[in-house]
Amino acid sequence: MAKIIVVTSGKGGVGKTTTSAAIGTGLALRGHKTVIIDFDVGLRNLDLIMGCERRVVYDFVNVIHSDATLAQALIKDKRLENLYVLAASQTRDKDALTQEGVEKVITELSASFEYIICDSPAGIEKGAHLAMYFADEAIVVTNPEVSSVRDSDRMLGLLASKSRRAEQGLEPIKEHLLLTRYSPERVTNGEMLGVEDVEEILAIRLLGVIPESKSVLKASNQGIPVILDEQSDAGQAYSDAVDRLLGKEVDHRFLDVKKPGFLQRLFGGRE
Amino acid sequence: MNLLEFFRERKKQTPAAIAKERLQIIVAHERGQRTAPDYLPALQQELVEVIRKYVNIDSDQVQVALENQGNYSILELNVTLPDR
Repeated sequence: MAKIIVVTSGKGGVGKTTTSAAIGTGLALRGHKTVIIDFDVGLRNLDLIMGCERRVVYDFVNVIHSDATLAQALIKDKRLENLYVLAASQTRDKDALTQEGVEKVITELSASFEYIICDSPAGIEKGAHLAMYFADEAIVVTNPEVSSVRDSDRMLGLLASKSRRAEQGLEPIKEHLLLTRYSPERVTNGEMLGVEDVEEILAIRLLGVIPESKSVLKASNQGIPVILDEQSDAGQAYSDAVDRLLGKEVDHRFLDVKKPGFLQRLFGGRE
Repeated sequence: MNLLEFFRERKKQTPAAIAKERLQIIVAHERGQRTAPDYLPALQQELVEVIRKYVNIDSDQVQVALENQGNYSILELNVTLPDR
């Protein structure tokens, strides 16, 4: 049985797809057979972040409608043996995803994968609902900013009441907080909510803190999940988060202001 | 920033502290609504109508809240009567 993990946030633009790509890739790097599903029907983007946009032939909705088999629609990653992507459809039909259809696909994937990462669209409409409905665990991606924190709290409410686990009275979805676009400098200056502040408000387990980093845009420009950029702070932070997801105890890094090195101070170079 | 401004800034709440305070209030409020039973708005409306039979009040002068306290709940009814 696969573990189903939804990457959700409520608010858009906080880093759900970046996170889905990074976490999925990180799990595959550690030898776990993983598939990442894009639930954002009509606004497909996971394929671009994963760098497989030119290889999409069949998508999620084709499989639901039995226009293609899963084997035809799954895109195998070129870099990693254990990694697959299921692209979202670009249809404008809002009802393209059905609960029965999603269940059928997830059940079939469960038989051969260890992890199913569901990349949720923004909002609380059907796509977002179905992305989280079957989840065992949830990664709530949050920026240290008021609207994102509020929307995350709203999502936590929905995870606790509108998911399959909630409806069937099973053990609740395990919730993880992933704080992204974190800027230790601005937190120190009192301009930005700190990690403790967000933890206190949302009251869920902290999975990781991803620093605001130029490497994220650089990676998405190239279609390479940022976790593969092992030199970058964001890549390392995602790597730690994957280890924590797998139950390892890893200290949090990148929470404090970086002291510029001697040469950096001399020449004013920036990472 | 000159020295004077620096000390003035210190006295004020930081933007992050303001954000945290606002979030704590709105999130607590929204969590309360989330757990409220569906019948609460209808109950409030009917209570207003009953009270209106005797006293002339506006609907926003009646507040109904349900608070969960462990294994029991408290239904709190707050009616503001007009000045006599």
